[in-house]
Amino acid sequence: MAILEVRNIGKQFDNTKVLDGVSFSLEEGNALAIIGSSGSGKTTLLRCLNFLETPDKGSITVKGETLFDASMPRREQEKELRTKRLHFGMVFQSFNLFPQYTALENVTLSEKLLAKEQPDFKQKKKEIYERIEAHGVELLRQMGLAERMSHYPHQLSGGQQQRVAIARALALQPDILCFDEPTSALDPELTGEVLKVIRSLADRKTTMIIVTHEMAFARDVSDQLIFMDEGVIVEQGDPRQVIDHPQEERTKQFLTRYAQG
Amino acid sequence: MFWNVTQVLLDGLLTTFQIFLFTLLFSLPFGLVLAFSSMSRWRPLRYLIQVLVWIIRGTPLMLQLIIIFYGPGLWLGHNIWSGNESGRITATVVAFSINYACYFSVIFRGGIEGVPAGQREAGEVLGMTRSQIFFRITLLQMVKRVVPPLSNEVITLVKDTSLARMIAAYELTFAGYSFMKSNGLTWPLFYTGVFYLIFVGVLTLLFNYMERKLDYFR
Repeated sequence: MAILEVRNIGKQFDNTKVLDGVSFSLEEGNALAIIGSSGSGKTTLLRCLNFLETPDKGSITVKGETLFDASMPRREQEKELRTKRLHFGMVFQSFNLFPQYTALENVTLSEKLLAKEQPDFKQKKKEIYERIEAHGVELLRQMGLAERMSHYPHQLSGGQQQRVAIARALALQPDILCFDEPTSALDPELTGEVLKVIRSLADRKTTMIIVTHEMAFARDVSDQLIFMDEGVIVEQGDPRQVIDHPQEERTKQFLTRYAQG
Repeated sequence: MFWNVTQVLLDGLLTTFQIFLFTLLFSLPFGLVLAFSSMSRWRPLRYLIQVLVWIIRGTPLMLQLIIIFYGPGLWLGHNIWSGNESGRITATVVAFSINYACYFSVIFRGGIEGVPAGQREAGEVLGMTRSQIFFRITLLQMVKRVVPPLSNEVITLVKDTSLARMIAAYELTFAGYSFMKSNGLTWPLFYTGVFYLIFVGVLTLLFNYMERKLDYFR
């Protein structure tokens, strides 16, 4: 069974339909790449999955549990919403690291806050914090940032900041990790280090959704690819198939335009 | 004579300092509450705060002080402020706290709105509660942003305390002026100025220190 089922998601801002009936599913351990020109609704789709936007229609199901259904009445407690959010991790285009915390503190903060809600927190505080710290250190080491743990975000390059952000998103062990154009805010020479990290996550079978403009990367890394235009999925399927042999006219146009730069 | 003047001015300084300290103590949190109210999703509250800020910023502090001190006596028939020095200081602190809270609320709102939305969103997707997001993420970034404009207001407050003379609270300027009235001496006025300069000087150092302390992040 698919780990994620998105059905018929629709979202409108004022009078503009940003998403219009988007449906797809994702298998556990697979990477899904979403491509399309800016304004096609890719980012809004990710924001809907992370509950940063509320869709007007449709449903989102993770591991068989319906997290969102627009047709059901919603009167959610903050706590429920927070629990639902934790199924997804999010890496933002602009990193959004917390500037007043070091790299390691950025990674461990949310885990430490969540630990406070555990019943035995008071007795085992020291142990719990030590375990969280060790986990954070391990994650940053995996990102190749062993030497940068106690640096503040402004002391890091864009590529390093984005890798810290990835570690931060991984810390809570989300079922599905979402990337919103993770390299778009980076200087060209820094995109490689971030893509390398994402590639290694794919090799370790992390379930991911990657919104990207890096066509070659999307083609190589993803197991499944979606091309979006004007709020709808125009074409989806095997990445090589879609990029090398697009069937739809709109996909062909987009890829031609893209190849020309 | 010099020691006599010094003693009297120190007495006045104590009152000035009390007004200053208590006004800050009340107006800072009250200003934060007003700032949040002015950003409320509930429109009537937002409008109410806007009108309050307009009235308080649009009229002289001295006028507000007179109304707050004499108003209750005239309308209610009895003065709610006791007639002694502490009653006058209390009335001054009340008037000043309302006034400064309104100015602070505008500064705070600017500080909160200046923190990028991405910071809140990052907190949300990491499962933090709204209060965790405010206290752990937004607050310090806001403080960093508001220290420079806040230092202006706080320094203005030091000198605004001299308005308390209007309702005969025996503060620093009143004390310095008294020598001119009774002995025809003008040098105590300049001496009074030195007291203010030292007060503000210390505050300036304090604010510089805070700015440096918050310089570790951007």
